[in-house]
Amino acid sequence: MTAAERVRQAVTIARKDVLLEWRGRARINAIAFFGVTTLLMFSFAIGPDARTATLYAGAFLWLGLLLSSVLALAESFRVEAENDAVEGLRLLPVDALAMFLGKAVVNAALLFVLALLLLPLAVVLYGAKLDAGVGPIAGVFALGAAGVAAPGTLYAAVTSRIQAREVLLPLLLFPLVVPVLLAAVKATGLLMLGDPMGQVGSWTQLLVGFDVVYWILGSLLFARVIEE
Amino acid sequence: MPPGPNLARSPQESAGAPAATAGVPAVEAEGLGKRYGARWALAHVDMRLAPGRSLLLLGANGSGKTTLLKLLSTAVTPTLGRIRLFGLDARRDREAARRRLALLSHGAYHYEALTARENLRFACDLTAVPDPRRAVDEALARVGLASRGDDPVRTFSAGMRKRLALARLLVQFPDLAMIDEPYGALDQSGFALVDSVVADLRAAGRTVIVSTHLAERGARLCDEAVVLAGGRVHWRGPAREAPGVFQALGAFE
Amino acid sequence: MRHAVMVGTGVVGLVLLALGHGLGLFWAPTDKMMGDVQRMMYAHVPTAWTALVAYLISFVACVGYLFFGDWTWDLVAEAAAEVGLVFNGLLLATGMIWGRPTWGVYWTWDPRLTTAGVLFLLYGGYLALRRFVDDPERRASLAAVVGILAFADAPIVYFSVRWWRGLHQIQSTPKTVDPEMVLCLRLSAFAMLFLMVHFVLRRVQIGRARLDRELAPPPAAAAGWGGPR
Repeated sequence: MTAAERVRQAVTIARKDVLLEWRGRARINAIAFFGVTTLLMFSFAIGPDARTATLYAGAFLWLGLLLSSVLALAESFRVEAENDAVEGLRLLPVDALAMFLGKAVVNAALLFVLALLLLPLAVVLYGAKLDAGVGPIAGVFALGAAGVAAPGTLYAAVTSRIQAREVLLPLLLFPLVVPVLLAAVKATGLLMLGDPMGQVGSWTQLLVGFDVVYWILGSLLFARVIEE
Repeated sequence: MPPGPNLARSPQESAGAPAATAGVPAVEAEGLGKRYGARWALAHVDMRLAPGRSLLLLGANGSGKTTLLKLLSTAVTPTLGRIRLFGLDARRDREAARRRLALLSHGAYHYEALTARENLRFACDLTAVPDPRRAVDEALARVGLASRGDDPVRTFSAGMRKRLALARLLVQFPDLAMIDEPYGALDQSGFALVDSVVADLRAAGRTVIVSTHLAERGARLCDEAVVLAGGRVHWRGPAREAPGVFQALGAFE
Repeated sequence: MRHAVMVGTGVVGLVLLALGHGLGLFWAPTDKMMGDVQRMMYAHVPTAWTALVAYLISFVACVGYLFFGDWTWDLVAEAAAEVGLVFNGLLLATGMIWGRPTWGVYWTWDPRLTTAGVLFLLYGGYLALRRFVDDPERRASLAAVVGILAFADAPIVYFSVRWWRGLHQIQSTPKTVDPEMVLCLRLSAFAMLFLMVHFVLRRVQIGRARLDRELAPPPAAAAGWGGPR
């Protein structure tokens, strides 16, 4: 399969997934609302101390996003398992790499949008400060979303057709993305609370490193997950 | 009804019979076997089908028809044996082989939230069908879904889904068409539609494999037949003799 | 031959373990800083090395399965992951027992200990996934993918936790300068390595027996309805 053909297939699949997300936007709304709820629950759990809340704004935001992300990721392969659609794609034939890239990019974009939706809430609830500008924070969001989306897409495919998929997806994904959580929370926190030591750069590099490793692994291994 | 064969083309040929290399069978399988854990769904199956010929797969429920079609279409990798499609090794040259075949399966491959037209268009875009808009319109008209083309598949009945799957097959119009239980959930006009689609494929020189348990109906469509029982080839011969064999087999079960 | 290796590794492992731990408990000098608590090192540190070697074997076997598709690779991958998880569990348990008298807490966010904790979860997930896929072929492929992703995470987790903790990290192992201590540590380490190999071989044997029961043998050609006419 030529590179141009791959790109065209990846774009076609991404477009289809965006259309499906749009049609199922009631579900996306519910997931976003679930993220909002988790942020609220964190506030209740730590009590009314405003300073603690501000200190942990980045942490809560990323935990909320991570909890919502499994729901969004699982949905992206539920539609492929339904009616054996993924088998239909394989037989067309759709290249496995194109399929991975198409789906993972849409999942990453979806998580990114979810993160952006949660950000104003973090400002309101936790008093998170955006002095460093929304741009750098959005950059960290994008890198973190990509880090969760690559292994998340792969594991959503792994678990899409087995029993106990609801528990297995987070069970496999959460420990794997520990570095993403660490780096993203640190970077977000530093951007919100100030970065006297200039450490944001290192955390961003760690995110980039994780993204590179797992986007490559996902591209290489996806074919083995979807073929039967 | 618009004329059949020329309403949609395979990506390779614009019209007429596929360029069959003389002597190379469209389907060639040796010692096929598929194991699902503790059970062999299929074992010791050998097959050979010349290009342009059509084959009827007869068998009771659970006899291995669907498994055989999944293996021959490369959807599922066989546990044992090897398959060649148009001389292409189904394992090594899988992508090239897949470009020449299509499988109409129980799963039907639709996305529930997309409309019938969007589903077909999606398949067209992934395979670079020329003039996809026209191909989709014609296929929808042909299967009787023109008026429901813009409704999401979620709202479709089982019979309409089957019709949509037939439309997808028409859009692809492959060199090798494998059709699994096409009559399920269809009404009388649907039965006629299946027969006409198969007739079109044959008239265009395509190779066709149809699996069904409706022996008489299937026998009228095909040249050759294989009767499966218990995951093995029970009988093979001309299609017109197959219903008798199949009925006799039923008497023993 | 295979039997000899299995018995051999087991016997050698046990003898070395008795030697290493015995000497470590009664012969090696008492650590000046930590006292007798330090003697846990002979159990604690080798479990870490052994668990890591077992995971490495599992990772290689996962890659091997994807390339060659032979059942042995899958059996080794599963066996090594399971044995690695046991040593990993021991590592966490001894680490906590050691941590309490030394630092007054069961758990510290030491990069090594934290990485061990994350690996424990990752391989727990790997083994859990295996339980839920019925078809052996599909299970082997999916598990191989998960095994590769999990192992690739180990160095990233380690470095991220190291950065996360900053520069003021606690030295989790004492400096082993005494030659007696080094000897005991080496003996214990080789003991666990041999035992690990022994367990993996055993587990592969068990796995093979299970697989034989799970996979129906290829049916005989003549059986059934008389064959093609």
